[in-house]
Amino acid sequence: MPQHENPIIRAEGLTKSFGDVHALSGVDLEVAEGTVYGLLGPNGAGKTTTVRVLTTLLTPDAGTASVAGYDVVTQRTALRSVIGLAGQYAAVDEILTGRENLVMVGQLYRLSTAEARRRADDILERFDLSDAGNRPVKTYSGGMRRRLDLAASLVGRPRVLFLDEPTTGLDPRSRLGLWDFIESLVAEGTTLLLTTQYLEEADRLADRIAVIDHGRVIAEGTSTELKGTIGGDVLELELVDPSQLEAAAAALSGMCCGEPTLEHLTNTVRVPVESAVGTITDAVRRIDRAGIDLVDIAVHRPTLDDVFLSLTGEHVTEAVADPGKRRKRQRSMS
Amino acid sequence: MTTSTAPAPAPAPTGRGPIWVIRDTLVVMRRNLLKYVRVPTLLVFSTVQPIMFVLLFAFVFGGAITLPGIDYIDFLMAGIFVQTSVFGSTNTGIGLAEDMNKGLIDRFRSLPMSRSAVLAGRTLSDAVRNLFVVLLMVGVGYLIGFNFQNGFVDAVLAIVLVMLFGYAFTWISATIGLAIKDVESVQAASFIWLFPLTFASSAFVPVETMPDWLAWFARNNPVTHAVNGTRYLILGEPWGFPADVWKALAWIVILLGVFIPFAISRYRRAV
Repeated sequence: MPQHENPIIRAEGLTKSFGDVHALSGVDLEVAEGTVYGLLGPNGAGKTTTVRVLTTLLTPDAGTASVAGYDVVTQRTALRSVIGLAGQYAAVDEILTGRENLVMVGQLYRLSTAEARRRADDILERFDLSDAGNRPVKTYSGGMRRRLDLAASLVGRPRVLFLDEPTTGLDPRSRLGLWDFIESLVAEGTTLLLTTQYLEEADRLADRIAVIDHGRVIAEGTSTELKGTIGGDVLELELVDPSQLEAAAAALSGMCCGEPTLEHLTNTVRVPVESAVGTITDAVRRIDRAGIDLVDIAVHRPTLDDVFLSLTGEHVTEAVADPGKRRKRQRSMS
Repeated sequence: MTTSTAPAPAPAPTGRGPIWVIRDTLVVMRRNLLKYVRVPTLLVFSTVQPIMFVLLFAFVFGGAITLPGIDYIDFLMAGIFVQTSVFGSTNTGIGLAEDMNKGLIDRFRSLPMSRSAVLAGRTLSDAVRNLFVVLLMVGVGYLIGFNFQNGFVDAVLAIVLVMLFGYAFTWISATIGLAIKDVESVQAASFIWLFPLTFASSAFVPVETMPDWLAWFARNNPVTHAVNGTRYLILGEPWGFPADVWKALAWIVILLGVFIPFAISRYRRAV
């Protein structure tokens, strides 16, 4: 892990258990000011718990953490005045209008009412919600609520913004829109820590990524660095007959630099390869000789999913964490 | 990748002074009360039940219950006021559970606001709502023959006692709401114990008419002290005694002393 001189977020050895479920088993993080940091991992990996500790909502069992120089346990109020948080569900009041929600949050950031109103209007405009600003939130679409929620987290002009799965549950169009908003924010110098289970999201938004699983950071680096840990490219073959997966793996074994992995769900064999040149021809020959039929064959640059797969043997989207953790995480949705 | 210099402290006022606590509380209260302005049907339906109680008790039981020297309606209204105020307190726990489920409590807890303002704002706005409903009960009572018989000052004191008693119960409800979290369970858990507590009291019938074991419970029930204290302020002796007022006030102090710290510690730990 690279050492920044003065990381704006620093966590060392954070642990947190709920009963006998270990949500965090020693999380270390360092985030440089003005960067976007992605926490990537499956449901229940400990992403949300990490965010809740860093935003003072949970007290860690052990370890220390600070944000903008303020300790998460001993300097809570000061810490809260420099952060913004948008959680997994739009935490806005449905009865109030969008504008009233933002003014309320501004007042609770201890702004004068006039200043809170001014900022509310600015932010509504920026988030394309000016027209809806005077309507009760219950008339908003899901995407608009998320935008308002994100807007509320910005009213205090935070130095550090925490977004916990900001686009979960959004349709693809709203997701793209939210990405644009997030990118423009970051361009202004806000430090952002975001959690996501979407690889493309971390890939697109984050300068650095920590892959988190079972309450621990299992890999850290830029997206390119993480992909580099795999080596070259990935060859993917989709078969017609699932019963031939093993045979295909045997035929491809020894092709290059790693053993094939099987994915039964999609009838796919994956092999790490050094370069695309000559690879497909070689693979097709081997498969043909073994008498196996293909639906598709392709070589691609490794994705973060490949990284996660090689680190944990599971796909990000498939990895199922302890049910206990999932329960904790989803508590508020019940 | 940039490296930053050491973060500068205290960019926003994060005062803990009483002025900030009051301002934060007022902001939260305003938000809670706007709900009744925006959705007036909420208030309408929350008044229907107490009005029904007044009318049903007055006209169904009123004929069967004869009391020496007074009309049943004059006896009944003190009970109705206390019951309305105590039942109204259940809104606090339900409201908090709803806010928790919507993630609003998380949002509040991540803001540099005063820690007690969410609970203070919630209980005080419920007290305002309670006052509205109780005053409406006074109006309904007057329409069917009720009268404060000890003059204006005692009438005001009676309402104040009722409000304080209900306010103490809002903190019990807050504790329940923050502990249970699930809105529907909170709803059930808030009401279920209030029925025996309000009915096994002097609220609707004289305690003397109950079997001995129940009368014993009813005599020591805080609701009875509150009702008798209110009744003393409305009707005078022997329907209640000054001692009942003091006992009711003692209960209010005890309940607040126990449940305010309970609720606040629950709120701080709300996961």
